[in-house]
Amino acid sequence: MAASTLERPLAARPSTWFVWAGMTAFGVFLLGILLAVVVDSFGRQWFDTWFPEGLTTERYAEAWDRFALGEVVGVTVGVALLVVVISVLVGVPAAYVLARRDFPGKRAVMLLFLLPVLMPPITYGIPLATVMYSFGLGRTLTAVVLVNLVPSVPFVILTMTPFIEQINPAIESAARMCGARTRQVFTRILAPLLVPGILAAAILVLVRTVGLFELTFLVSGPGSDTLVVAIYRGMTSAGGGEARQLISAMSVIYTATMLVMLVVALRFVNPTQLVAQVKETRDD
Amino acid sequence: MSGVGQQRATASLRHRLAERGVDAALLLLVPGLVVALALFVYPFSYGIGLTIQPTAAMQEQWGGGIFANYVAFFSDPFVFDSVGLTMRLALPAALFNVLASVPVAMVLRHRFRGKRLLTSLLVLPITLGTVLTAQGLLIFAGRQGWLNRTLLEIGLIDEPLQLVNNYLGVMFSLVITGFPFAFLLISSYLSGIDPSLEQAAKTLGAGWWQRFRRIVLPLLAPGLATTFVLTFVLAFSVFPSARLVGDAMGETRVMSLMAFRAFGEQNDYAMASTIALMMGAVELIVVVAVLGLRSLLYRGTTGGKG
Repeated sequence: MAASTLERPLAARPSTWFVWAGMTAFGVFLLGILLAVVVDSFGRQWFDTWFPEGLTTERYAEAWDRFALGEVVGVTVGVALLVVVISVLVGVPAAYVLARRDFPGKRAVMLLFLLPVLMPPITYGIPLATVMYSFGLGRTLTAVVLVNLVPSVPFVILTMTPFIEQINPAIESAARMCGARTRQVFTRILAPLLVPGILAAAILVLVRTVGLFELTFLVSGPGSDTLVVAIYRGMTSAGGGEARQLISAMSVIYTATMLVMLVVALRFVNPTQLVAQVKETRDD
Repeated sequence: MSGVGQQRATASLRHRLAERGVDAALLLLVPGLVVALALFVYPFSYGIGLTIQPTAAMQEQWGGGIFANYVAFFSDPFVFDSVGLTMRLALPAALFNVLASVPVAMVLRHRFRGKRLLTSLLVLPITLGTVLTAQGLLIFAGRQGWLNRTLLEIGLIDEPLQLVNNYLGVMFSLVITGFPFAFLLISSYLSGIDPSLEQAAKTLGAGWWQRFRRIVLPLLAPGLATTFVLTFVLAFSVFPSARLVGDAMGETRVMSLMAFRAFGEQNDYAMASTIALMMGAVELIVVVAVLGLRSLLYRGTTGGKG
């Protein structure tokens, strides 16, 4: 084994160099993009020079007041947490049934949960938003949470089904033999075993919800905009050109929020488990 | 008396249903189904219904009675051209992401120092989101950005390249957000291929290219097709970047922008739903074509093996 890993790079040397060159270009772009936004957000003025003339943190305070970011960040985190909780509560039981039972119409149910994942969000988003507006829910927080559930619930179901399948059903049977009822099987046996999977799915839903643009954008308005939508509106508003540094400051706040959420989440989940789980589901 | 009989009848019915897998546990499925029906199936069918209720203005302009929206979609070049423009972006982007992921995933398959760092570098754009990527691209690759500045400095170019606010800008943004996704998928497919197959081929004297061409590629083909489909779906619904780093009224006037224009700016929900549905239809055609191709490929390889 050791011999083969030592030998391989020699055989594949040109391709390896090619790959590393490509990866370097990708990394340069990525870091360039990140750094450019961060530097810009601290810049006083930045036109025709390598670095901005003078550094300041005023932009953050300015952006915070101008775009009511306190409220926006609150909405973003609140909506994301609500969506995570609801989609886990709704999705996990459904995933359990799909993993363990065989019943008539199972394929149709699976297809129903698969469709929203495969369809472009705009395709169902526009009819959905129209329905929301006709029910008078347009631009409300309720609508934002509801539209975010459409991709999240199927996502939890599709992630959790293979995860539950790999839990040995004999454990549940043993519990039942010992007299546990369905509720007890769930709370005492399945829940502890499911925790890693649920946390992994929850983190992915969290990240997706915070980053989801299209659906939220269609139904949100002032007071229910999430951070991404607020940034987009800032960039596309009529006077967008004058406030580039403000937008950069907002973008940095967005990335920071995302990172904080991820770091907090990763404290509770073993990242290798998360990756293994992602790989497993995506294999299907 | 009858009560006892009835109870027996229901008991046996329940028993018979349970044998087919229908019992109380299926109730766990109900919340999920309610969400799917209320938030997906109902609005979707409502949307389909909307498309055949065109506004009076639409009917007058395009004719075709209740199908005026569809007539408008196919005969208004401003709208219909967006199909081609979307494809011109999404197909090359998806193809590039998949094809570039293969060699990278092949190399990163082995253990080496710094692998974790590289993998996290690749996963980072997923947390950045399209909007921040767009903002960063505008600053970094803009006319006065670091990229152009560096290229000018080392003398590769004489004047700044136009890299954003056009087709290229959207392409960059699609690659930056789509490539990590494709890479993760492809490497998970690669890790599913038994390394002993390759080792056996090597023992039999197969060279590097032969091993890739004869062993890895056929086994990877179905995964490639799936990855292509998923990356295509991502790239196809490109919306924020087409507006922010693209040329929204010109070469990156994609379908989702058209749908949103009808929805948000013209308040013509019927036409917006029509464009949205057509988007789904176009995507479906590509997905079915690729998956059909995949099943052909797949049959070929398993036939050869077994």
